[in-house]
Amino acid sequence: MATTTATSSPMTPPDQSALLRPKLTVHRVSMVFHRDDNAVPVLDNIELTVADGEFVCLLGPSGCGKSTLLNTMAGFLSPTGGEIRVDNEIVRGPDPRRIFVFQERGVFPWLTVEGNIGFGLAKLSRTERERRIAHYVQMVGLQGFEKAYPSELSGGMKQRLEVARALAVNPDMLFLDEPFGALDSITRLTMRRELLRIWEAERKTVVFVTHDIDEAVQLADRVVVMSARPATIQQIVTIDIPHPRDISSARYLELRDGIFAQIGLAHRI
Amino acid sequence: MKLLVRLRPVVFIAVLLAIWQIAMMRHPGQLLPNPWQVAGGLVDLLHHGLLFKYVVASLYRVTWGFGLAVILAIPLGLAIGWFRRAELAFSPVVEVLRPISPLAWIPIAILWFGVGDLSAIFLIFLGCFFPLLLTSINAVRSIPEVYVNAGRNFGLRPFDLMRRVLYPAIVPQLLIGLRISLGVAWLVVVAAEMIAVNSGLGFLIVDARNAGNRYDLVVAGMVVIGIIGLLLDIAMRSLERAKSFRWSYSED
Repeated sequence: MATTTATSSPMTPPDQSALLRPKLTVHRVSMVFHRDDNAVPVLDNIELTVADGEFVCLLGPSGCGKSTLLNTMAGFLSPTGGEIRVDNEIVRGPDPRRIFVFQERGVFPWLTVEGNIGFGLAKLSRTERERRIAHYVQMVGLQGFEKAYPSELSGGMKQRLEVARALAVNPDMLFLDEPFGALDSITRLTMRRELLRIWEAERKTVVFVTHDIDEAVQLADRVVVMSARPATIQQIVTIDIPHPRDISSARYLELRDGIFAQIGLAHRI
Repeated sequence: MKLLVRLRPVVFIAVLLAIWQIAMMRHPGQLLPNPWQVAGGLVDLLHHGLLFKYVVASLYRVTWGFGLAVILAIPLGLAIGWFRRAELAFSPVVEVLRPISPLAWIPIAILWFGVGDLSAIFLIFLGCFFPLLLTSINAVRSIPEVYVNAGRNFGLRPFDLMRRVLYPAIVPQLLIGLRISLGVAWLVVVAAEMIAVNSGLGFLIVDARNAGNRYDLVVAGMVVIGIIGLLLDIAMRSLERAKSFRWSYSED
């Protein structure tokens, strides 16, 4: 398999993405939560580089700490050890250049579709703001719902709305935390295709957290396979299949089965 | 059929009035005026132009007291709820002041503001301020973290975060708090007017008794207070149905 193995040892050979311009570097990051005088290690010595314009999936079992890692990348949490840099600057807090997409829960229920998409555009002139709102309403297919409130939208529409709100501020990076987890399986497939379409059009750097192996292999340039808590990086798998991906091709199945095996699951139930 | 259902409360009120009238006819005396006498009292008040004047006086005081409480308590509550350290400093003071009935402040209100509108407004303000402040503080603390994080992610500074995320996020709870406070304001104004001023519906009630035991006017005043209180509540509830307020977290 054409995989690059990364372990927590400093002897790891540099992974190939570092050859491209690195966008995000995670260096020896650890995270320990303190609960009732107990120290709970969540992240252990994570080392990862994400290249500019790359689509990376963090894959791991529920509760392994992959969301925690994503939250530290986005600046919502400070790691207890190590450092995270974006464009070689240490991350010290959330930043509008890097937008976090929370399932569909993050849309503001007191704003209309237009109000949500325009939320981060307060500094723009009125005409420019309206132009951008119209553009992103179009991009995520919410035409006709501009004046609707989130409570009038379906789960998939709310999800697209949140992605539109994120893209409207023209960020360099998107962090997506199991964004399609709450959707039904058909909507989920459509949303994956939409996300890839948008990503290919705008070439943002994307870090996408999921516990769904198929989802990871369908979307990512590289899949970062994480262990159970405390999370370490078990393996980084490069998905060398061009988009659109044929999910019944031999290569797809080979890569997917490799990850299944890595996580320790047989794929016969 | 529908008309009958709608008429039900009217019919019920008519039945109560009839029972009242019959009871007064069977036991004539000084215990209570009968409905006709009360209606006569209302007409009397209308004739003298007192009803309108007193209603306006009471509403004027409620508007100021309630309005000032809203303007001060909500921003303060947002700030206290948001800055955890401010809350630690404030909450013991709030917890001690809150259970003191606004009526206990009457002597101090008169000492500070004399007999007049200001005293009544001050008492109403006190009655509304603490419930609104506590509603805001608690509502801010119950805002789902994801809204706050999303707001911070778009680069909002604390002031804008309060204005554009925290405040709209607590509007559903605030509306409930506002409705309760306006009810309190309407209770307090009557009590305040009995002591601290010479006009208004509360004054009407004590004055009617003191100036010749006009219990028809006393009950007429009570009826007007009840009806206006109901109208105020209906107005607040219609605010809750406004489209941009008609959401809550539970819908997700």
